[in-house]
Amino acid sequence: MGHPDTWDWENGDRQIAFGEWKKKFRWVEEPYASPDGEKIAAIVNVDEGEFNVCVNGETDETSHDKIWYLRFSPDNRLTTLVSDMGEWTVAVDNVSWGHQFGYVWNTMFSDDGSHIAVAVQQDMTYGIAVDGILWANTYPNMTYFTFGRDGGHSAAVVQVEDFDSGDIETFKKGAFTAAFDGQAWDKRFVNLWHLSISDDGKDLAAEARLSLYDYAIIVNGIPWEKTYDCVWQPVFNPATNTVAAPVRTGGRWFMAQDGGILWDRPYTQLWHQQFSADGNTLAAIAATGFGKWTVVVDNRPWPVTFEDLITDMVLTPGGDRIAVLVKEKGKWRIVVDGTRWSNAFDMAWKPVFSPDGQHVAANVEKNGSYTYVLDDRLWPCECEAAWPPVFSSMGDKILLKYIHDGIYHRRVVPLADFSS
Amino acid sequence: MGEAAKGETKITDQGLDGGVGRLDESRIREVINTVLKNETGARLKTYVETCIHCGLCSEACHYYLSNDKDPAFSPVGKVKRTLWEMLKRKGKVTPAFIREAAVVAHTECNLCKRCAQYCPFGIDIAYLMSVVRRIVHRLGCTPLYIQDTANSHSVHMNQMWVKGDEWPDTLQWQEEEAQAEIPALRIPLEKEGADIMYSVIAPEPKFQAQLIYQAAVIMDVAGVNWTMPASMGWDNSDMAMFTGDNELMGRLKRTHFETAARLKVKKIIMGECGHAFRSVYDTGNRWLGWRVPPFQIVHAIEFYYDLIKSGRIKIKTKYPHAVTLHDPCNVSRGAGLHDKARFVAKAVAAEFVEMEPNREHNYCCAAGGGAINCGPPYKMKRLQGNKVKAEQLFAAKTRGAGVLIAPCHNCHSGLHDILHHYGIGLDIKFLGDIIYEVMEKPA
Ligand code: SF4
Ligand code: SF4
Repeated sequence: MGHPDTWDWENGDRQIAFGEWKKKFRWVEEPYASPDGEKIAAIVNVDEGEFNVCVNGETDETSHDKIWYLRFSPDNRLTTLVSDMGEWTVAVDNVSWGHQFGYVWNTMFSDDGSHIAVAVQQDMTYGIAVDGILWANTYPNMTYFTFGRDGGHSAAVVQVEDFDSGDIETFKKGAFTAAFDGQAWDKRFVNLWHLSISDDGKDLAAEARLSLYDYAIIVNGIPWEKTYDCVWQPVFNPATNTVAAPVRTGGRWFMAQDGGILWDRPYTQLWHQQFSADGNTLAAIAATGFGKWTVVVDNRPWPVTFEDLITDMVLTPGGDRIAVLVKEKGKWRIVVDGTRWSNAFDMAWKPVFSPDGQHVAANVEKNGSYTYVLDDRLWPCECEAAWPPVFSSMGDKILLKYIHDGIYHRRVVPLADFSS
Repeated sequence: MGEAAKGETKITDQGLDGGVGRLDESRIREVINTVLKNETGARLKTYVETCIHCGLCSEACHYYLSNDKDPAFSPVGKVKRTLWEMLKRKGKVTPAFIREAAVVAHTECNLCKRCAQYCPFGIDIAYLMSVVRRIVHRLGCTPLYIQDTANSHSVHMNQMWVKGDEWPDTLQWQEEEAQAEIPALRIPLEKEGADIMYSVIAPEPKFQAQLIYQAAVIMDVAGVNWTMPASMGWDNSDMAMFTGDNELMGRLKRTHFETAARLKVKKIIMGECGHAFRSVYDTGNRWLGWRVPPFQIVHAIEFYYDLIKSGRIKIKTKYPHAVTLHDPCNVSRGAGLHDKARFVAKAVAAEFVEMEPNREHNYCCAAGGGAINCGPPYKMKRLQGNKVKAEQLFAAKTRGAGVLIAPCHNCHSGLHDILHHYGIGLDIKFLGDIIYEVMEKPA
């Protein structure tokens, strides 16, 4: 399983000569490191129309006509999308699923990695395949695929009424709905977009357009009573199962919950809301004015705003600390609880909290090379690549995975030694 | 009701006729007054109060010039036929009036903003026509073809009903084709941390996949660290901006920007499309609350300029024809890229023939602003409404031009129709077509 407790946390540095791979293959694509750092893998081209995956220097005995979308699951399994004789499937640790499909894309994982899902086109109909098994019902069109956190449920927006392009009348009556584990809701909508599956896997919520102008939040096929000028993706409170969604009315955005207004303060923009794991805190990315981006926690904006962009918001499980990436004048920074770090980067990846919430780390790009930052201190290494850091459960060590001078490193570093 | 254009015959359009059939005057009044009250501010008020009806804007408009200077086609004439009447009557207008307003705003104005340069007060008629489109959208009276395009946007976040699998499949097919020319060439899909996300408009995968092929060759030869998303968000186009469906416009641009954010790129390079640039760079980002776009947005003209100027792309042999250049409104008047476009055209072609007028004074193609997307019913109107463009092109041809460069998809299609209809006899190309043809490539 993917739990860091089971990983090797001995201090030290294990290395793999990744740079050598280039000599063995026609080309080597972007490498990926497994979450536990034990494996580095890349799609490689062996010969014309012959692809393989190189893992820690070894290729599989079977090549494929085409391979793409190499991703490690949270439990460190290697997944790729592979094609042979014009058909596609998913390969997990180089073992292809039993079924071949017309096309597969958009690999999704459950939180623990034990379940894998993918969007499938088969005979020009669409569905989701979970662990190799395609939905019993497929549809002429499918968008906004979603996979539940426990991997037990999948959902997507599907087309349930046929219409030709140009048939704006049928479109207006509603030709789309959601399919939950392949079963379509009865009601039809003009549009449905981003879906959310509740943590217990029982409920499904969506953004919808009921006409060309009336937007609504739908829970289990039933719209909230009130409609809005626009809405964004609803999310479930993991503790109470209530649904919160940003809604636009009178040209301003508000946070609504279960059909009523939760945050009465209007925002210029409001999105990416997230509950803390205990359900007690709701935070969102917002603009309090034109070009004034901030984070709002339970309807209280941070006292600072940023002009360009805020992304990758992370909450500690108790919601007491929040980290985000902000972009200002083309440079990226990490901001924790409203405080900007002094280091600025060409690019930064999602911040990671230590289990006790006391430390924050991220992989970053600075001056054209990659490194790490921990609590605003830089790791003194100019790397060719770096993957997200992982804290040990005790929070006293950090696992770094990076390529330096062509060598892949899996390095466990005590926090105390980080910047030395 | 304002004066209609002379000699106009009513064009059947299910989007308009179906929509108007469902309207009654109280609904019309409510929508007009709500939009005017809640969605327009000082800008509209100032324009309406400032305009002295002098008609100086008339000479700017290709519709006016091409329709025997019929005042109904003058910029101010179009406002008179639509918004002024709505204001004057406090929204008390008939369904037939709304139908006519939709026709005017959608098929007699390209939102090209040429007229704003001629008005002594800088009144932006394009903005006023956008308000009319917003009203007809809220009334459900948008022309069928462009409404269908907006519907496609709403389902797939692309304008041509390209399905989720068709997009990556097309890129993989183009990659394979291009590998026959450059064996190790890649179209890197979903490459997180690339410098550049390259985004295009949906006609490229649908009908003009060679443009993606050509772009991939240019990227490869120039050594650009680039990627394309395999998910939605790859299409930068935006007909919702032109139907007045601002909410959908916001959704499209959010999808595009957040795809760039997810891929951790530093810039978005856009293919040769003008309206998409306007939407990403100017309109959509603002609706979402950004003062400036959250990513650096680079139009293909600027990208090619940088590649050629820095020597990352070298020209092997110049294109052996005299070229002339059409300045697309959205990237010339809208973003000042005309001199960079000239630099590129001159760098790649043996001879450059200037278009007159040119740069920000160039005549619109009459396809932009969503007009060509209103479809075949309005094609003749569009062509007749741009006789002046045909004359301009013919003059460039007389001065020696053999090839017309149109670095914008809408312009390209619209000018293609004009060249054909008026028998002008110029070949038409994108900048990328020519660069691909004349650049140094690995042997
Ligand atoms: S087509 Fe252009 S010049 Fe004519 S009214 Fe519209 S914006 Fe003005
Ligand atoms: S828009 Fe400007 S140029 Fe046109 S009539 Fe009004 S004041 Fe005159």
